[in-house]
Amino acid sequence: MSTLTLERGINAFKAQIDAPMASFFSSCVSCGMCADACLFYTENPEPRFTPIYKLEPLRRVWEQEYTLIGKLKAKLGLSKPVTDAELAEWQELVYNNCSLCGRCTLICPVGNDITYMIRRMREGMVASGHAPGGLIGASTRAVQIGSPMGVKLPALQAQVRHLEKSSGLTVPFDQEGAEYLLMLSSMEIMNYPEYLGAVAKILTNAGKTWTLSSECFEATNSGIQIGSSDIARELVSRVVAAAEKLKVKTVISPECGHAYTALRWEGPNLIGRPYTFAAKHIVEVLDELRAEGLLQTEGFEESKLTFHDPCQLVRRGGVVEQPRNLLNMVAKNFVEMADHGTLNWCCGAGGGVSANEDAEEVKLKAFQRKKKQLDELHVDTLVTACANCRIQLEEGMEVNQMDIPVLGLTEMIAEHLVERKGGAA
Amino acid sequence: MNEVDFLLWVKGSAFNIALFIFMAGLVLRLFEILSLGRKVNYAVPKGDPMQGGLREIFRRFGTDKATFQRSMITIVVGYVFHIGLFVVIFLLAAHVEVFKSVMGFGWPNLSTPVVDAFAVVTMIALVVVLIHRLQHPVKRFLSSPGDYVAWAVTFVPLLTGYMAYHHLLLSPQMMLGLHILSVEVLLIVFPFTKLMHTFTVFLSRWYNGASMGLRGVKS
Repeated sequence: MSTLTLERGINAFKAQIDAPMASFFSSCVSCGMCADACLFYTENPEPRFTPIYKLEPLRRVWEQEYTLIGKLKAKLGLSKPVTDAELAEWQELVYNNCSLCGRCTLICPVGNDITYMIRRMREGMVASGHAPGGLIGASTRAVQIGSPMGVKLPALQAQVRHLEKSSGLTVPFDQEGAEYLLMLSSMEIMNYPEYLGAVAKILTNAGKTWTLSSECFEATNSGIQIGSSDIARELVSRVVAAAEKLKVKTVISPECGHAYTALRWEGPNLIGRPYTFAAKHIVEVLDELRAEGLLQTEGFEESKLTFHDPCQLVRRGGVVEQPRNLLNMVAKNFVEMADHGTLNWCCGAGGGVSANEDAEEVKLKAFQRKKKQLDELHVDTLVTACANCRIQLEEGMEVNQMDIPVLGLTEMIAEHLVERKGGAA
Repeated sequence: MNEVDFLLWVKGSAFNIALFIFMAGLVLRLFEILSLGRKVNYAVPKGDPMQGGLREIFRRFGTDKATFQRSMITIVVGYVFHIGLFVVIFLLAAHVEVFKSVMGFGWPNLSTPVVDAFAVVTMIALVVVLIHRLQHPVKRFLSSPGDYVAWAVTFVPLLTGYMAYHHLLLSPQMMLGLHILSVEVLLIVFPFTKLMHTFTVFLSRWYNGASMGLRGVKS
């Protein structure tokens, strides 16, 4: 790999700038409303954490390179070029203090997609050598080992054996022609193995054919988080290769927000062609099964519960109704947070923040926003559909001595599943 | 140059030059933006980008309740001065005449005292906007000289127009000349400052909305 330099960073910035970005920079009137939309600002109100400000170096490159006035100003020495020291300083803003949650993008009155620009800006941060060590480590492990947490196939196989033994279910590997290829996140394999058990139970019961791939089981994509299209492309290509080899109809993205963004939205563009299969989040698949009558439940949760919307599902993925349809099947006392659905507040640890050791402190500050939302509701249980949100929520509650268990939606549905006659279970 | 010459100049060649720079600047800026293009998107859409784009162009005129409460001054005063500017610029009888002479057609106007009231409210709103910008920690921090230039070139034409109409300070002719000159400054800097958002706001909302539409995100 060639050396990471300022010049490469600036070139990467230039390569990212497109018509939407030029329009966004031209439209910003410095109204500051994005600050109030961002939990990294509201919970830590320093003006430099304002979303649009996080893009300042990229904006200057745009102005200096792609506008007549900017070029004139540069010629006359009236504008200062972006320096390496500045990019080093901006690392904290672009990575530690942004979870790519998309709330600023939704609120901006002039319509700027700030999140899109920060995702793009990270490409230049990587190229100039200003990505956080934690994310570099995760990306390296993802490329070399196949998992950002270093989880290898034998670990998954061990979980599968354990699951098969305890449940009597069969968890197929490498079954060609299966309808679904189930992808997982390392977090689920190591911390929430009950997820795999729940999906196995539901899909088998629905009479669907499904499989894991021994060649690629990791759906998360550190390349998207760190902002390296090269790494992201390599990781998504593995999923595509596994899916196409097994000739599956649908790849199921796990209970993970950004894995969905990586697979559903960025993936086809990274490989430069449409997929030969569909890519869906597990919650979308479950809701389809519900609609087809293949997912029936019995009994209701007694506790008062609420749902934390993973940002990448609602604001960047349009998956809002599905989890609610599912929750309403098993919960009678389901209440919504004041800001929910597309307006929901991030857990504070998405977009690579959880893998970034430099953000340890700031992500717990950001959690205060979720705490405020939860304190208003007095719920007994918090349900979500993203393992990364879940671990952050659990950690935040532990630190803040809040006694609210966090559950995965898929597991909750599996617990209430009615066995179908046609199902194989 | 006496008052009459000055007035003739600002109404004549100066106006033509300013109008030309304004139009050429607009074309240049839009070309600078649009010529950067966009990559093809291979992701299977969940919804219609066009519909999403149009929806966001309109939806962003409003806001959710919590955001409104958090940014009330910005939103309310912002609306007041934008509506005020629209009324003053486009509905004053004298201005409709100018548009008619440039574009060949006009439209109905409001009575001048009514527009005069709008001008006063707009100027007050703009002063509030400036004070808010100077006092609000985020706005002050974000503001570049360009933001203040944009404010000034918007405010001065309002002020000089008001003073010319009410015969304040200078002779009405001189003040009218200064008013027209200040509008010419506005026209010249318009495409190259934040004022350009007048046009790009629709483009930005459309791009963002198209992305939302593609992803099936309904706000």
